[in-house]
Amino acid sequence: MDWGSILNNTLAGLLTPTILAFALATLGLAMHFGFAGLLNFGIAGFMAVGAYGYAISVLTFGLPWWAGMIMGVAASVVFALIMGIPTLRLRGDYLAIVTIAAAEILRLLFLTTAFEPVTGSADGLFGYNNSGGFADANPFPPGDYGWGPWTYNEQTLWMLVFGLTVLAVATLLLWALMRSPWGRVVKGIREDEDAVRALGKNVFAYKMQALIIGGIFGALGGIVLATSTNVSPGVYVTSLTFFLWTALLLGGAATIFGPVLGSIIFWVLQAFLTNILPALAESGILPVSGIQAATLRYVLVGIGLMLIVIYRPQGIFGDKREMTFVK
Amino acid sequence: MSSNSESQKSTGLHIGVAAPGVKKVDPILVIDSVKKSFGGLTAVDVEHLEIPRGAITALIGPNGAGKTTLFNLLTGFDNPDTGAWSFEGKQLAGISSFKVAKMGQVRTFQLTKALSLLTVLENMKLGAKNQTGEKLLNSLFPFLWRKQDNELEVKAMELLRRFKLDAKKDDFAASLSGGQRKLLEMARALMTDPVLVMLDEPMAGVNPALTQSLLEHVLNLKKEGMTVLFVEHDMHMVRHIADWVIVMAEGKVVAEGAPDTVMKEQAVIDAYLGAHQDTDLGVVTGRIKVISEEGK
Ligand SMILES: Nc1ncnc2c1ncn2[C@@H]1O[C@H](COP(=O)(O)OP(=O)(O)OP(=O)(O)O)[C@@H](O)[C@H]1O
Ligand SMILES: [Mg+2]
Repeated sequence: MDWGSILNNTLAGLLTPTILAFALATLGLAMHFGFAGLLNFGIAGFMAVGAYGYAISVLTFGLPWWAGMIMGVAASVVFALIMGIPTLRLRGDYLAIVTIAAAEILRLLFLTTAFEPVTGSADGLFGYNNSGGFADANPFPPGDYGWGPWTYNEQTLWMLVFGLTVLAVATLLLWALMRSPWGRVVKGIREDEDAVRALGKNVFAYKMQALIIGGIFGALGGIVLATSTNVSPGVYVTSLTFFLWTALLLGGAATIFGPVLGSIIFWVLQAFLTNILPALAESGILPVSGIQAATLRYVLVGIGLMLIVIYRPQGIFGDKREMTFVK
Repeated sequence: MSSNSESQKSTGLHIGVAAPGVKKVDPILVIDSVKKSFGGLTAVDVEHLEIPRGAITALIGPNGAGKTTLFNLLTGFDNPDTGAWSFEGKQLAGISSFKVAKMGQVRTFQLTKALSLLTVLENMKLGAKNQTGEKLLNSLFPFLWRKQDNELEVKAMELLRRFKLDAKKDDFAASLSGGQRKLLEMARALMTDPVLVMLDEPMAGVNPALTQSLLEHVLNLKKEGMTVLFVEHDMHMVRHIADWVIVMAEGKVVAEGAPDTVMKEQAVIDAYLGAHQDTDLGVVTGRIKVISEEGK
């Protein structure tokens, strides 16, 4: 077994545009579930809306990259409104059902050949980073940057800097919101919305705002992902939603840095398992074929999620006191 | 003590003979033919009812009489089948619950609603109205709301001290005992500076020593100009602080009047005793001593 390359790949996985994108989406989930108590099982849908919104704006409507990204975010606001208006007045479970269904409908709409000229159907969309000018906006001159496993060319560096900047701004925003009186109301709603209503707060408006903000974070995740890979309907599947949930619960749902660190740990672990399981299979330590070994990691993810929820529901970074009282 | 509180009683609240639906000199809440059924069961069926302003009114009645349901209807937490009611002259039918609370008609719940994973102090601060920092855009700029927030903290601590919860201010509300949660909910409601405060069994589960000081506090609310409407099964408390008593049974108002007279009415005794007409009312309400003493 080539431990050197396994280690190298794993360490390189610590900082990739993909991880930054997933961290953003997990941050959106933290806003939704951790702070506002909104059960959103369609976060992959929000990511898709952001990514497709950006790519379609550039490719079909010829907008520059930044305007396309703004369109992606705007589309996610519309998506949140469409889902929120009918369901936020109802009990929380309804939002869960609607979000999971809406995300699937959306994915199938992107996948169907009916809109192929716009959505690219199963092939997805590509080339928008060049035609929209995102690639040209790169401020870094050509060359190699970084060190060891973290060596990047100027293109990857630009994606990383862009992604890190968006993630930093989003994290700061979430922190600023949650320490404010607005955050207090939102957390109150998570605990008991009738009690908050009885104190004269417009609960529906607060829930809508929280849904929109978390949705924007999700869309930004989709956009950051779109800067580094093609936009493809195969990415924004329901299992992605559950990976994001795993990362959220791993880090701690009601924390600011938990979602970010949870995402990093989760996807680095994924990268590690992707590398080590086939290697173990090849060297005969695992009695399965290489392909089976690759799918084994999903089994491990599932077991991991169960173990976290059972033994450490507040996540790695959550306040231990909180979970003493979970109903 | 007792004579002291007697002297604080407001009298002359009604016009004419005290009977169900009697007119009040200065009503704050006027209810007209409010009806609510759950399936075949009529939970509330109130023809006409007026709540006097600036007084403490007790709403009593046996279990299942419809007291909590009436509270829910009046505060917009439930919708009646028919009926209208007005608060300070403003029609409230169809108005959503948070707007009702904003107008100054604030209620607590029989099943306590503490916001478990917020600290006691956060629970209190959440109660205050018109907070600049509760608007999404303002919330990002602490210099807009920091000062107001600090003032609220002072106010909250004052109330917490009065309710003997100040030592718990940084604890999660979930860690409070049942009685302490009741107290917190009441204190939190007071943070809204209500005009009319509606308390659903505020003393259930609160220890007698503290009850005494809370009764004083409720009396103070009246002094400060608030109107109090409370549901309570403890007849001692009712007699002690209520200026006016409304008795409900099977959804209807069966009697109302001053506390010392209303308890003796046949309709009230019937409502509480049903078939057991030979038992003393004091036995049923669990306060035989109080009733027999003060009923004289
Ligand atoms: N949501 C509901 N669905 C069906 N029936 C209900 C509902 N809420 C209340 N009821 C019924 O309405 C009647 C009045 O209930 P309510 O809670 O108002 O009584 P209450 O006077 O507050 O009694 P208690 O003193 O025990 O609190 C009861 O018979 C109850 O079973
Ligand atoms: Mg009740």
